Amino acid sequence: MMSGYHFAFLDENAKREIRRKILKAIAIPGFQVPFGSRELPIARGWGTGGLQITLSIIGPDDVLKVIDQGSDDSVNAVNIKKFITRVTGVATTSDTAAATLLQTRHRIPEERLRSGQVLVLQVPLPEPLRVVEHSEAETRRMHAEADYTAMWLYLYESIIKYREVTIGWGYPVMVNGRYMMSPSPIPRWDVPRLDRSECLLLFGAGREKRIYAIPPWTKVEPIEFDDFPFQVENFSGRCCAECGSQDTFLDETMDDATGARRWLCSDTAHCRKISRRLPGGVAR
Amino acid sequence: MNPILSICGVSKIYGPQCSECLDSRAVLKGAACRRCGSVIACSDVCFDLYDGEVLGIVGESGSGKSTLLKLLYFEEAVTSGSMHLRLDMAQLGEIPGFDVALDGEENLFLMNPFQKRMLRNRLMGMVYQSPHLGLKMNISTGGNIGERLIMAGCRSVAKMRKRASSLLERTEVPSSRMDEPPRNFSGGMQQRVQIARALSVNPRLLFLDEPTTGLDLSVQARVLDLIKSLQQELGLTTIVVSHDLGIIKHLTTRTMVMKDGRVVEAGLTDQVLEDPQHEFTQLLVNSTL
Repeated sequence: MMSGYHFAFLDENAKREIRRKILKAIAIPGFQVPFGSRELPIARGWGTGGLQITLSIIGPDDVLKVIDQGSDDSVNAVNIKKFITRVTGVATTSDTAAATLLQTRHRIPEERLRSGQVLVLQVPLPEPLRVVEHSEAETRRMHAEADYTAMWLYLYESIIKYREVTIGWGYPVMVNGRYMMSPSPIPRWDVPRLDRSECLLLFGAGREKRIYAIPPWTKVEPIEFDDFPFQVENFSGRCCAECGSQDTFLDETMDDATGARRWLCSDTAHCRKISRRLPGGVAR
Repeated sequence: MNPILSICGVSKIYGPQCSECLDSRAVLKGAACRRCGSVIACSDVCFDLYDGEVLGIVGESGSGKSTLLKLLYFEEAVTSGSMHLRLDMAQLGEIPGFDVALDGEENLFLMNPFQKRMLRNRLMGMVYQSPHLGLKMNISTGGNIGERLIMAGCRSVAKMRKRASSLLERTEVPSSRMDEPPRNFSGGMQQRVQIARALSVNPRLLFLDEPTTGLDLSVQARVLDLIKSLQQELGLTTIVVSHDLGIIKHLTTRTMVMKDGRVVEAGLTDQVLEDPQHEFTQLLVNSTL
């Protein structure tokens, strides 16, 4: 652990403020709480919101996992993990089940999260209504009055133009029947996992200076018309080329040499776990 | 018989306000206060409206007609005054935030913004002079009409489209063009789409703000006929704002004449137009081409 800094880098007052804002966010599920986003040694827009939440709630006994689009080994995840361990000295893992605190960018792990774990999501654009309303004053009024007609109209327009809803990531959800919330740019595949989740979900947007939360067991519903129900990505007939899973979110890859297409689990840790269980299996 | 809508002492003042301009008898410089320069858009307007009645409001430009309509449609906040509606549960239907009938006791101007929005969406329809104010020009016509259904809790695309297409048929817009945005349409068609939108949730009150100004004469006549037949068929309680006395004569039974934010004359339309008492009304009637 680095000396000359506070535990977890942020000074104690900053951590206290962020913890209070997190408590407020938990008390009003789905409501965006403004907070004083601090400077960090990484640029705003690269996960500083999630990082500040993680740094504020992490303790010396926590076991940390950081993923970036499902992968433990991508640059963003590795650097954030390195930074957090340097300023806290906590243990890290890539095993979802072994972690107590998980920070993620744009995915929710395949393995079901349980009570007691905390998932921190990095959020670039916290305002779900921004796509239909430019003015911040106006979107705040819309949230205050639960006036979400504009978003429904956006869905309707998408349906009559393309016969389906064309929102691929960050699909707007209603939290606890009250606030419309952006689930951060997770694929639609992960949206059902937000509903009545056993673990606490915290969302941090550092550049936009907002924190919001979904407490455990909260009702989270994607917005949908009765005759055009919400759908997750369709991977039917495909399976992971490494572990053979048919029930995971898959990434399409191209083999540079042969040009052949392959489908691989986006959650690499989960893929490794499954591969190891295969007869004679080796992890990628 | 009780009026369905009662308006009492409604004023709207833009500016600093002083003791002089709050007095509805004060002498004004045009529509402005002599002392503090505040603009008195509406001053102490009172009227009752009975079920199924059509009220006309005439006056020159800047007399406060449109402002009055905006106040009643909760688009702007009043400076003072009250608005009372009398509707039983059957007429009210199910509106979130309202679990008892409106008995005319509650001043609707004092409701919270959510209640105002719900009431406006379920009970009122507005047709503006400019379609740009009433329609979203880059959203499909069906979406424009369906928006109010969504606000009323409709979550079915098929139902929205069915309602939109039947309203478009009724207002003589080809429903095959339902998925086009209204900016592709002519002025007369846009006005018809506005009417369809206003009627989408079966409102009790219809507000028409210069609905045919800017349309050519033959289109004007057809839109007026449409409004009149819809009004009679649905028994809509209606307020028509216009500076065109012909329209007022054609549509309304009672008329209010406004000048500088004040009502200077009110009465049966025939009476007001045939035998105007106030000098401004006389001028208005005599200046008809």
